[in-house]
Amino acid sequence: MSSATIETEQGLAQAFAIEGLNSWYGSFHVLKNVSMSIPEKRVTAIIGPSGCGKSTLIRCLNRINDLIPGFRVEGRITFKGQDLYDPALDPIQVRLQIGMVFQKPNPFPKSIYENVSFGPRLCGEKAKPKLDAVVEESLRKAALWDEVKEKLKQNALALSGGQQQRLCIARTLAVDPDVLLLDEPCSALDPIATAKIEELLFDLKKSYTVVLVTHNMQQAARVSDYTGFMLLGELVEFGPTGKIFTNPTHPKTEAYITGRFG
Amino acid sequence: MRLEGEVLQRLLASRRRAEWLFKVAAIGALVFALGTLLALLLDVLHDGLGRLSWSFLTSFPSRKPEMAGILSALAGTFYLMILTILIAFPLGVGAAIYLEEYAKKHWFSRVVEINIANLAGVPSVIYGLLGLELFVRMMGLGRSLIAGALTMALLVLPIIIIAAREAIRTVPNPIREASYALGASRWQTVWHQVLPVAFPGMLTGSILAFSRAIGEASPLITLGALTYIAFLPDGLTSPFTVIPIQVFNWVSRPQKAFLNCAAAAILVMLLILLAMNAAAVYLRHRTQRRITL
Repeated sequence: MSSATIETEQGLAQAFAIEGLNSWYGSFHVLKNVSMSIPEKRVTAIIGPSGCGKSTLIRCLNRINDLIPGFRVEGRITFKGQDLYDPALDPIQVRLQIGMVFQKPNPFPKSIYENVSFGPRLCGEKAKPKLDAVVEESLRKAALWDEVKEKLKQNALALSGGQQQRLCIARTLAVDPDVLLLDEPCSALDPIATAKIEELLFDLKKSYTVVLVTHNMQQAARVSDYTGFMLLGELVEFGPTGKIFTNPTHPKTEAYITGRFG
Repeated sequence: MRLEGEVLQRLLASRRRAEWLFKVAAIGALVFALGTLLALLLDVLHDGLGRLSWSFLTSFPSRKPEMAGILSALAGTFYLMILTILIAFPLGVGAAIYLEEYAKKHWFSRVVEINIANLAGVPSVIYGLLGLELFVRMMGLGRSLIAGALTMALLVLPIIIIAAREAIRTVPNPIREASYALGASRWQTVWHQVLPVAFPGMLTGSILAFSRAIGEASPLITLGALTYIAFLPDGLTSPFTVIPIQVFNWVSRPQKAFLNCAAAAILVMLLILLAMNAAAVYLRHRTQRRITL
């Protein structure tokens, strides 16, 4: 069952609508007929065992997969009504609206300040006071400001893994996107750093649509409002997190969340 | 199976012998390689050291060996190298950026790739012939500094492209992804993120390529660079000579004293090479930033 039934709260605006999405790396068929609707200003988690295509799915949402040679996609993804794969649409515009944080923290080997101001600078912002303000605001939103305000000129690689990941979040927020895509953002972090990021997600969902890929089911249960379960490239089930974890419809979902495989 | 007693001891003894033999062979290879180099160096030092002086560096070549110097050759080498670097480095880096960051990976880029590697192995005389036909004759540049520099640039270009590509490949992909995810264009990603990380590697690889080119005489001789020049190059189209050509010229003279001049000129060139390689090492140390993602 790929076209999962969606029970959402009344009147919840839809951010992404994914219809019949198929994708390939070369001849390898990764995503098979995935359809789902991702609500606005909520945390939507996508869970599933390694290799199930959850990262591929999230990477389709900001067209970052376009960079991979041999990647191909069929079907339709719209974001607030705009077809993301419209040939007339510049992928850069997509990525400015839909920010992404990756599995391993990947700060640029530059100063903390340069990391956060990179996005605004690309958009042509040159005024120092404006940049200073954006840097501070973004770092505050990512709950990193107090830890780094004294050392903004320091190389970002000197930060701890958890700080680096929050810096990557701050860097993404500095572009002022509508959506935050997080591809297993805590898989390289220790439990304390993970807790900090999860806490952050609670705040962020007030102003952003968050899509979180994770293979940590507890994390999905803790932070998300909606959860999709993927298996072998198909979306098995999608619905409110509470329902998925307490009363899943599909036997495979139940088997996975009770730890019988994966 | 467990070996015990005498059998085990015999086995171990034969292993120790093999171990020892291999070590001796390896040391032998090292001694032979270094020994030959050392003998060469000592020979050159013996012949040339007495001839090396400030006036040797600041005099033009002369019919009288005791008055001859390498000023014009030194200046020629210097100008030629500067020009070659100015031509070859941007071209090589540009080509490498295209191949690594822009070109789609299909059969055509692979053909280009293989051919660049092949070009790096083409004998330098062939480049001299190409330069003679293309720059000296067809483009009418004559036996000039610029014709020489263009030829040298062709010679080192494949090596620079290869070095620059290697350097670009060491830039971790997550950095590119992060940049693209922030809405950077390809060019912005290359300019702001890839090049700063890859630059030290490009630089050191290129310096090593240039220091090889500095010792090349054959392509320039093919080109028709003159051996006796008693003036300094005064422009791009000026005739010129370089140290290897001067050495070649002196070695072919009958007078013994010119051999000493040649040896002294070789010493000067060795010093320049040493300085360039030292610069490469220094730059690598200075600018290398460890990036582990």
